[in-house]
Amino acid sequence: MQSCTYLIVGASHAGLAAADAIRMIDPASPLILASRDSHLPYSPTILPYVVSGRSKAERTALRSEAFFKEKSITFLRQAQLQSINAEKGLAHFDQGTSIRFDKLLLATGAAPSLPAIPGLGDVAFHVLRTMDDALGLKTAMKGARRALVLGAGLIGTHAAENMAEAGMTVSIVEPQMQLLPGYFDSQASSLIEKAFEGHGIDLKFGRSVASLKPGVAVLDDGQDVPFDLLLIATGVRPALSYLDGSGIRIDRGILVDERQRTNLPAVWAAGDCAQVRLFQSEGTGVAGILPMAVEQGRIAGQGMVDDEGQKPFPGAVSLNTYSFFGQQAISVGAGISGADSPGTETVLRFDEGAKTYLRLVLKEDRLVGAASVNHPLDPGILWQLILRQTDLSDVKERFLADPKTTGRLLMSRLWR
Amino acid sequence: MGAFNSLTYNATICLGCGECMMACAKAKSGDADRFDQSRIKIVPAGDNKFEAALCRQCGDAKCVMNCPAGALTKNAASGVVDWNADLCVSCLLCTVGCAYGSITFESSVGHVAKCDTCGGDPACVKVCKSGALGYVTTASIYNDYGKQEDLFAPGLAACQGCNSELMIRHVLRRVGRNVVVAAPPGCIPGMGTVGYNGKAGAKVPIFHPLLTNTASMLAGLKRTYERQGRDVTALALAGDGGASDVGFQSLSGAAERGEHILFLCFDNEGYMNTGMQASSATSFGSWTSTTPVGDKLQGKRTDAKNLPMVMMMHNAAYVATASSVFMEDFYRKLDKALAASKQGFAYLHLYAPCPSGWRFPASLTIDVCRLMVESNFVTLWEYTPETGLVFTRPTDKPKPLESYLKAIGKYRHLAQEQVDRIKKLLEDRLAMLKRFVR
Repeated sequence: MQSCTYLIVGASHAGLAAADAIRMIDPASPLILASRDSHLPYSPTILPYVVSGRSKAERTALRSEAFFKEKSITFLRQAQLQSINAEKGLAHFDQGTSIRFDKLLLATGAAPSLPAIPGLGDVAFHVLRTMDDALGLKTAMKGARRALVLGAGLIGTHAAENMAEAGMTVSIVEPQMQLLPGYFDSQASSLIEKAFEGHGIDLKFGRSVASLKPGVAVLDDGQDVPFDLLLIATGVRPALSYLDGSGIRIDRGILVDERQRTNLPAVWAAGDCAQVRLFQSEGTGVAGILPMAVEQGRIAGQGMVDDEGQKPFPGAVSLNTYSFFGQQAISVGAGISGADSPGTETVLRFDEGAKTYLRLVLKEDRLVGAASVNHPLDPGILWQLILRQTDLSDVKERFLADPKTTGRLLMSRLWR
Repeated sequence: MGAFNSLTYNATICLGCGECMMACAKAKSGDADRFDQSRIKIVPAGDNKFEAALCRQCGDAKCVMNCPAGALTKNAASGVVDWNADLCVSCLLCTVGCAYGSITFESSVGHVAKCDTCGGDPACVKVCKSGALGYVTTASIYNDYGKQEDLFAPGLAACQGCNSELMIRHVLRRVGRNVVVAAPPGCIPGMGTVGYNGKAGAKVPIFHPLLTNTASMLAGLKRTYERQGRDVTALALAGDGGASDVGFQSLSGAAERGEHILFLCFDNEGYMNTGMQASSATSFGSWTSTTPVGDKLQGKRTDAKNLPMVMMMHNAAYVATASSVFMEDFYRKLDKALAASKQGFAYLHLYAPCPSGWRFPASLTIDVCRLMVESNFVTLWEYTPETGLVFTRPTDKPKPLESYLKAIGKYRHLAQEQVDRIKKLLEDRLAMLKRFVR
């Protein structure tokens, strides 16, 4: 049986950030990085670009074999975690492999969550979470003419754009009344929708699929939507069946404290599988976005190696950048996707002709959220201003007029 | 991974002229007027002050960690965070990672852009009139000399925070094995360089002359090597007591005869390893165990003998002062001194603040070294008979002398008239030195 000091299960951003943090302090103790995939580590975020052909599958690796050799990391491929016995320090993988560990990080990510639609089991459909999914979708696009996408989140909209650019007729079905709900309000979404409609994509908002038959989806309003290719992009959720009987507490994800520790002493969790505290609201949730996976992975790795530099996770902040048809949208923080909340102060600049949109939300002279379409912002600075709850009263007018330059000024000062 | 060169920005002296942005835009796009193409952004901060958004080339760069495409990498050789246009998918997640607005997307540029230090020759620094932008290359010194063999034994027993140990290790790394070292009584043998417990403290020939005859013994050895046709560097590692007090006669004689010696004096202003007694190099007003502070006496009553000036008056082949804060300057001078010692007498004077004897925290040695130079308490210069005296650090905008004196316990008792006397002395000395500039 293989044994190691550190076992990291999952080789995407959280797992890699943890491995880096561990190797920063402890260059030698045995470290095994296990991936259920057969590829070198890659980011799920790159997959839409693999589908579009902008990224070559063989050039998406975030680490190389040479890197693992240099850092004395054992990289295991095709290792699907089956069960854990934390008391004995044992992780059991498929095909009968077991690994003994001193410390374990679960960074197993999430899997597509499939809607309960009658007939789903009888039709061929695609999801987009792994490299094999991406390559499968890319191949399927070659023989298909009409695509149906369920869900107008980041994966659905990215994939729809790719398929439209590849010359297919594309429809998106989304139960809510806009694209990218949660990140943008309806006005920002309208700018993005224009680009989609301009490229011939049919947006069916406020509707859902009632049933599926091979080649046809029947919507809840009775409309038949024929398709050659069906992509389901209705969100992801952690797949945690391997924790059955492990004693590790879960809710929607693996419950962790602000140092990414689970309820068991030698087990940490980070990234899309972890349920963490939220910075801008009460309670906990699964953050499910790349920058949060990086933060959490790093904190978990630091904890596993007893790095004195470890700082607790301040809480997840909603953050995203979204490129569509050569245009850019940015979403940072809260209060920007719906109506104004009481006590907040909002600046909205919307120019339909110029296709620009900016919404800044402040509360008690502190930044709550910012969203923009085709309006340059430094999201990293805005994130810091939210986390630091920087008092903007001295520069408020300037900030509202020009958040980019003023943000740079503030961070240049705060850094010293 | 070694140390890296880095771009620095000093907001307190930036004039906001924008020349750096024009130079960057020109270097990156060919058009100096395309400010959007500049990867350094100077932003007005009101009251004629400015701030900058500029890539720090972070050690654990979040832009790199956030990149899903592997397009950003920390270059282990240069330290620069490299961006690969072929791999970039313009997802902008790197801009989420950067807290300084230093990797940014401008739609007019069409992709994210960040500083690449122009391959180690940044265009912005060259045009900066105020000196607010700098490119610090000191790291390469540590990388280069770090690879050379350390010719002193590990575990020398110098006091905590002693920069003399650091400097003698640097010196021998540069000088190499082909050397004979004279280490007269003082802190340097005291820390074990000539040997302890029957073991040698150095991996090269080293001997322990008397305080009085360091330079003459070394001169004799050097002449013997020369007669044998061997080119061996003759190096003295002496303290200020050994050089300026009892050892002065032999030092002065060797300089006058132009012996082919490199004489290094580590000036910690006193006899520190024997109990912190004053030497002739101890500065006015200093507390030492022989110049105590009490009813009658308020520290040393006489001014320090300025040994480097005295050595300059010998018209030696090379004379210079150096500080461990300015290592590029130090290594340049060491190289020149080494070369000069092949034909004549070379003297290098190193300022060596002593945490134990001067009473300041051991962690602040380098800060004290810096303040010492920046307040003009000492000045850095070099002299050759051909060039005369050349200052190697500007002396025109000194920091307040008080900032230096207050950092050090041995000056804690100073009355205002004593501080004024030191000020007057420093001004007079600087004026005198300036007269040797051609």
